[in-house]
Amino acid sequence: MFQTQLSTKHLLGINYIHQDDIDLIFKTATEFKEVINRPIKKVPSLRDITIANVFFENSTRTRISFELAERRLSADVVNFAASSSSVSKGETLLDTVNNILAMKVDMVVMRHPAPGAHHFLAKHIDASIINAGDGTHEHPTQALLDAYSIQEKIGTVKGKNIVIVGDILHSRVALSNIYCLKKMGANVMVCGPSTLIPKHIKSLGVEVSYNLREALQWCDVANVLRIQLERQDVNFIPSQREYIKFFGINRQLLESLGKEIVIMHPGPINRGVELASDVADSASSIILQQVENGVAIRMAVLYLLAGRRSN
Amino acid sequence: MENGRVIISADRFDLIAWRLAHQIIERHADMSKMCLIGIQERGVHLAHKLRQKIEILLGQPSFKYGKLDITFYRDDFRMREIPIRASATEIDFSIDKKHVILVDDVLYTGRTVHAAIAALQDFGRPDAIEMLCMIDRRFNRHFPIKADYSGMAVDALDEAYVRVKFAEVDGLDEVRLYGGRHE
Repeated sequence: MFQTQLSTKHLLGINYIHQDDIDLIFKTATEFKEVINRPIKKVPSLRDITIANVFFENSTRTRISFELAERRLSADVVNFAASSSSVSKGETLLDTVNNILAMKVDMVVMRHPAPGAHHFLAKHIDASIINAGDGTHEHPTQALLDAYSIQEKIGTVKGKNIVIVGDILHSRVALSNIYCLKKMGANVMVCGPSTLIPKHIKSLGVEVSYNLREALQWCDVANVLRIQLERQDVNFIPSQREYIKFFGINRQLLESLGKEIVIMHPGPINRGVELASDVADSASSIILQQVENGVAIRMAVLYLLAGRRSN
Repeated sequence: MENGRVIISADRFDLIAWRLAHQIIERHADMSKMCLIGIQERGVHLAHKLRQKIEILLGQPSFKYGKLDITFYRDDFRMREIPIRASATEIDFSIDKKHVILVDDVLYTGRTVHAAIAALQDFGRPDAIEMLCMIDRRFNRHFPIKADYSGMAVDALDEAYVRVKFAEVDGLDEVRLYGGRHE
């Protein structure tokens, strides 16, 4: 018997869902991908649902991607940015969200700088909550769209070697990706300066490498992350120039590997830092496919959570 | 021993399918304007069967053939006990100015057809939409929708359940009538 509904009411993180949930989301996303490539890119599934996008942290692409996904499912959408809200007047998170829900909102898509903010909310409110990033903790829809894009490009995730390069310490994308790829049976390695690799990362079942060439030689897919300068309260790397020298990926390095690897990046790219321009725009890069798949994955998550029977 | 009563056996099933194929040809002099669209999942099997028969009758007619999944268009999406899993939609042609024949196994409340008509409007503006079904449960309708072609009319109680079986997935072509969904 196929699984037809998600095992959870909220999408708080990949750590809290099962492999079967991931399969169901991917299967549904494939159908939505067909929908968003039609001349009329809209279906009426969520026409009686109202969704609040609550962003306590800046975001352009994730918010646009969620908003497009919501609108293509015909949901009503309200956007809420913390900078323009009463949060700056001292309101608590719970009060803010309860005020939004009092206006009969069914689902909340939230980004918040505090890890676990979504768990706290899930305990106190009835609406479905989707995590669009909580601090350095998880960013589940990004991990789902990354794994989906890998599966689409090379057929399967299971048994493939996937390296995540860059600032692993501050990256919620890295953590969600590790959970997701491990659940799907991939071999995962992280690679970056030792100061940006968490001390106990091996307990998640991943390999660690401090040598970019070795890591690329090993992998089928490289998911390259941005150095998050805004999260660095102390200097983790001596200089950007040194980072580029040791961990920047350029065409020359890729050609010297003697094999094809798939290049991914969750965006925004710092061209010339973690990825050289000619790599980001090359045929082996699936960066723009990731963005397209992001809308389909988010449509699938919203659709499946809205359709779940509450009992 | 399988439950339910056989109301259409394999032989009769084939005869009915031939008749439906003939009726389609009779009504559509210009086959290039016609297209056959099966509703996922079981309507697709019937549409496929009809397409084969029309091709045998006419040689290689140039009519379009597609599959439509209406899961995302259903109006009972959050009311069902068990959610439906989405299937693929494959309509890789324009339905503008076409005569579309929607094909489903059973026409019951009309809600599926209603959703299918809504879904088709996202693919273009057909000149006309017709409905074909194997089983027409004509006294159980919730919408003013009728079948233009029907294999057999079944007048049964609301609790009754009709299952159209297809050789491709069930081993043989037949139609069974059950007293209830759990019989």
